[in-house]
Amino acid sequence: MRTALVLLRKDLRLELRTLETVPAMVLLALVTFIVFHFGLDRDTIAGQEAAGVLVATLLFAAMLGVNRLFVAEREQGGFDAFLLAPVDRSAMLLAKAAGLFIFLAALEVVAVPAFGLFLLGPSLAPPLPGLIAVLALADLAIAVIGTLVSAIAIHTRARDLIGPVIGLPLLLPALIATARAAGPLLRFTHAAGAPPGKWLAVLALYDLVFALLAYAVFDFLLED
Amino acid sequence: MPSRSTTYGTGLRGLSIATLVVIAAALTMVFYYAPLDADQGFIQKIFYIHVPLAIVSLLGFVFGGLMAVGYLLTGDRRWDMRSYVAIHLSLIFGIGALVTGSIWAKASWGHWWVWSEPTLVSFLIVVLLFCTYQPLRFSIEDPERQSRYASVFAIVAGAFVPLNFIAVRLAQQYVHPRVLTLTGGNLPGSMMLTFLVSLIGIAMLFATLWKYEMASKNARSQVRRLRRTLLGDDALAPAGRSAAPS
Repeated sequence: MRTALVLLRKDLRLELRTLETVPAMVLLALVTFIVFHFGLDRDTIAGQEAAGVLVATLLFAAMLGVNRLFVAEREQGGFDAFLLAPVDRSAMLLAKAAGLFIFLAALEVVAVPAFGLFLLGPSLAPPLPGLIAVLALADLAIAVIGTLVSAIAIHTRARDLIGPVIGLPLLLPALIATARAAGPLLRFTHAAGAPPGKWLAVLALYDLVFALLAYAVFDFLLED
Repeated sequence: MPSRSTTYGTGLRGLSIATLVVIAAALTMVFYYAPLDADQGFIQKIFYIHVPLAIVSLLGFVFGGLMAVGYLLTGDRRWDMRSYVAIHLSLIFGIGALVTGSIWAKASWGHWWVWSEPTLVSFLIVVLLFCTYQPLRFSIEDPERQSRYASVFAIVAGAFVPLNFIAVRLAQQYVHPRVLTLTGGNLPGSMMLTFLVSLIGIAMLFATLWKYEMASKNARSQVRRLRRTLLGDDALAPAGRSAAPS
């Protein structure tokens, strides 16, 4: 646990000093909103359509973060150093997933209000608590699966290609659940509705299963 | 490679003949025994190929994941080979299921593809996921690492198969005839019997092909090893980069 915290702090400090990943993710998200605005030729969107736009945008931006996740470790010998240290291998999974989760949260702190401003008609405030719950669970799924996929992809020759290609199908059920849960929230017909419990349960179950699965197999991706 | 040699050729002839017999019986039953569907007519008979293909391919994916667990536990490359062959055959069966499903959908619903049908959609997602298995293998050069990473992928993807079906099925209403429900999907007895024989036939076909490919791959690596022993390293062309375990 302490090792994971040390690693996480290292990653966050690295990100704060270089500003390599999160600003790029935010920029990509903003540009994607503009693309959707012109692509759909709409000033405002709502309901399931809005949920789809939001999920697709966050997913694209998340993929940037996923691709960058292990690049520093690989290029600057972080893996070797970590393997030499007498620590639990799973700490790496925990630290990287937590780091990715924080990156995603930071992305959403900017991207979701921007989404409300650019594309939603009514105020974002009423559905916000429900949306935060849905996005937190979705971020967890992206963080866990993203870390796993990134760790697989980093040692392949075509790593920027393999990551998304494996990651997207694995994430699809979580994305379906996220979009379906967020859709009613963004419909604005009834005030501040709670997200459908069924989808929150599916997301939570998905998070749990993949967290356990990742924990079980992650050691094999580091051993060398 | 361990010194114990495994032969996958044992019983292969018997299995092949049995498979042929069962598949011939299944086809005979499909065309001469099973009644015509009152609703869809003759085209419904594609069901006896389509559904078994889909079921066998999904089970094959899960089987590949289980074999991969064997590899990670033992480090024996033969487990990886089993997993590889299972996944790659399942992918072929899976594409067969998608194509036959599309034909059936066109004939009975009027469209080649129907989004409102969760079984189709989840099956497509699974096939897309497993389409990345070979590119993943191919892009890792070190054979040992290739086996290890491919096994991790196979386990995760194998566990993904049932989860994915739950998630997608929840998202939509049912259109498809539910054949595999607990109540037996209210198929009349003669159709059910034909379906079961077809299912067994396709499963046996999968097993036979799996054994054939394992035997071939195994024999090839044994020949290679013998040549190296007898003629020395220089006599062998260096192994090219490959997605297949060797």
